[in-house]
Amino acid sequence: MVTEGELPARRQWRLSANLPAFLLTVARAVVLRCCLDVILIISLPVLCLFVCFPRGRRWGMGPAPDRGLARAGAGLARALACPHRPRRRLPIGPLVAGQQRRRRRRGSAVAMSARTLPLLFLNLGGEMLYILDQRLRAQSIPGEKARKVMNDIITTMFNKKFMEELFKPQELYSKKALRTVYDRLAHASIMRLNQASMDKLYDLMTMAFKYQVLLCPRPKDILLVTFNHLDAIKDFIRDSPGILNQVDETFRQLIETYSCLSAGEFQLIRQTLLIFFQDMHIRVSIFLKDKVQNSNGRFVLPISGPVPWGTEVPGLIRIFNHNGDEVKRTEFTTDGNYVTPQREGSFDLYGDRVLKLGTNMYSVSRPVETHMSDSSKNLASRAKENIVPNPLAKEELNFLARLLGGLEIKEPGGSETGFRLNLFTTDEEEEYAQVLLGWGVCCSAMWTALETKVGP
Amino acid sequence: WCVLPSRVLLVLTSQKGIQMYESDGSIMVYWHALDVTEHPPAQAVFARGIAAAGGRFICVGTSSGLVLVFDIPPKGTNITVSEVLEQHHDAITDIAAELGQAPDGAGDLVTADDAGTLCIWSTGEEFTLLSKIPAFGCCCASVKLWNGIVAAGYGNGQIRLYEVATGLLRAEVNAHARWIYALDLAPQTGKLLSGAEDSFVHVWKLSRNPDTDDVEIEHCHAECVTDTQVCGARFCDPEGNSFAVTGYDLSEIYCYGRA
Repeated sequence: MVTEGELPARRQWRLSANLPAFLLTVARAVVLRCCLDVILIISLPVLCLFVCFPRGRRWGMGPAPDRGLARAGAGLARALACPHRPRRRLPIGPLVAGQQRRRRRRGSAVAMSARTLPLLFLNLGGEMLYILDQRLRAQSIPGEKARKVMNDIITTMFNKKFMEELFKPQELYSKKALRTVYDRLAHASIMRLNQASMDKLYDLMTMAFKYQVLLCPRPKDILLVTFNHLDAIKDFIRDSPGILNQVDETFRQLIETYSCLSAGEFQLIRQTLLIFFQDMHIRVSIFLKDKVQNSNGRFVLPISGPVPWGTEVPGLIRIFNHNGDEVKRTEFTTDGNYVTPQREGSFDLYGDRVLKLGTNMYSVSRPVETHMSDSSKNLASRAKENIVPNPLAKEELNFLARLLGGLEIKEPGGSETGFRLNLFTTDEEEEYAQVLLGWGVCCSAMWTALETKVGP
Repeated sequence: WCVLPSRVLLVLTSQKGIQMYESDGSIMVYWHALDVTEHPPAQAVFARGIAAAGGRFICVGTSSGLVLVFDIPPKGTNITVSEVLEQHHDAITDIAAELGQAPDGAGDLVTADDAGTLCIWSTGEEFTLLSKIPAFGCCCASVKLWNGIVAAGYGNGQIRLYEVATGLLRAEVNAHARWIYALDLAPQTGKLLSGAEDSFVHVWKLSRNPDTDDVEIEHCHAECVTDTQVCGARFCDPEGNSFAVTGYDLSEIYCYGRA
């Protein structure tokens, strides 16, 4: 017979024997439940993304072009021997990348030439050098120091390995990749540009070249525009035979690659460039002033002047009979006022290019910037009468002024002497700069954000 | 748009290939990938020039100079490449089918290429080359065919009219100061529309002198689309009383009509 005293002891023994197993079971259940919860928390948002943004069908096209372009851009950066690779924003997940791929593919549905990149790079590089040269002269940087900056950039630009990579048949880089290349190029010298200055420089370069491509009389004249840029670059480095040799080598490669192309192939190159620049309507002060750009950002297309070489002046109709003899001539008139061209530009290593597109439009000194420190009062009052203040320019200048305020001057060490370029020295000048819609002012402001440290 | 007697198809060309859709754009009925290996490595690969011909064919040109002829069934997706025309050595720029009434024995399809060579074909189960008009040194960017007359627009701004039957030049017009991008023809009246990079759009009238059988062309109207390089121009009606124009960097389509 079980007594009351004995039962509790047996119960106690059974409980104490099962306790570790029981605790183990409970622990296992808790851990399992936690794991399930964690998995659920992570997978639900991912599942939602899959549901909301399904991947699109691909119509049998090859790998997404932008991956190849990013690779090419990285390849170029390596050839430039840059310390930093072009920064790429990594996709957060496969769907976001798929979305981005779809967005970028939109632009490549038309025929594109695979020989466009050298022309794009060399012409934009040429424009960049024109702007930098003008700023160095306007700010009265000592000749030797200015030449060093220009030489360094030109040496990097015409680097042999870089040129080899450039001339390989390939599609154009994306705008971002190309911008990165120029970022690296601009920093190949001792010059430093902050983000805002680089943006301004790039805008000026691209709009200038867009203008040149648009107004090219014949598709083949794009080559003449490129030759104009190279002629000017050769002039910048005329005292350095080593770099001159590099540039001449590139010149010869251009002649070899492009001389044999037909007009149709040049037109395809031109169309590829125009697609690259499509929908860019940044207003450039120098173009607005010269009346080659409208206030809506579109370029003025003249309907007068010489016709392209190989084209007849419009107006004549000739009728032939079945024997091939001319039997009738009639004329018609239009609003255009065209004349016959004088001569064709030269496509040789040296020669008169005839075409003015691609020459240095900044080489004519502008009274706005050169006389700014002397007669700013007079110019300011005249400027107020003649020029409509542009609120956008005012914002740009305010932004640049704020950047100036945040800049530190790095003290040069040892025997090096550095100096700082400063635009806004007086209240009067600041007021003048805010009123005037001047390219020179924009660029001067850009340059004050530069930290140019040059050696003795 | 390719208008065939049995159906209307939307044909699109791109760097990768040719796509054909139903007329409402809802279903893709055919996809043809371009063969990259046919081209040398530095050359661009694309398809350009589309025309409906012979009542049941659609012809599409390629950058290698080949013209693909697709046999289109009245319904369904069973589209096949029935023939490949290999007369051109340069990239095809444009293809045009006869819009009016071709004289007996004359061709009803013309193909043009980058070099400026024009080929005239007769369509059917097998396409036959009837004549080849040699280039004169300029790219032929656009071509139209009407009543046995080929109207060709060239990169140097000239419009030339050729007799289809003989291949001879019948008229030469110094029409534009820049590259002619677009030509269109109104089949009911013989009006020709030309648009070029010089910002001008011209309307011409084609006709045949019944006595001398000479081809005649007269200028009807000029329109300057200010600060725009005209890339496309089309008549909006078959009589040619109104036309639409597009240009580079332009997000609008401008329509002009007779007052």
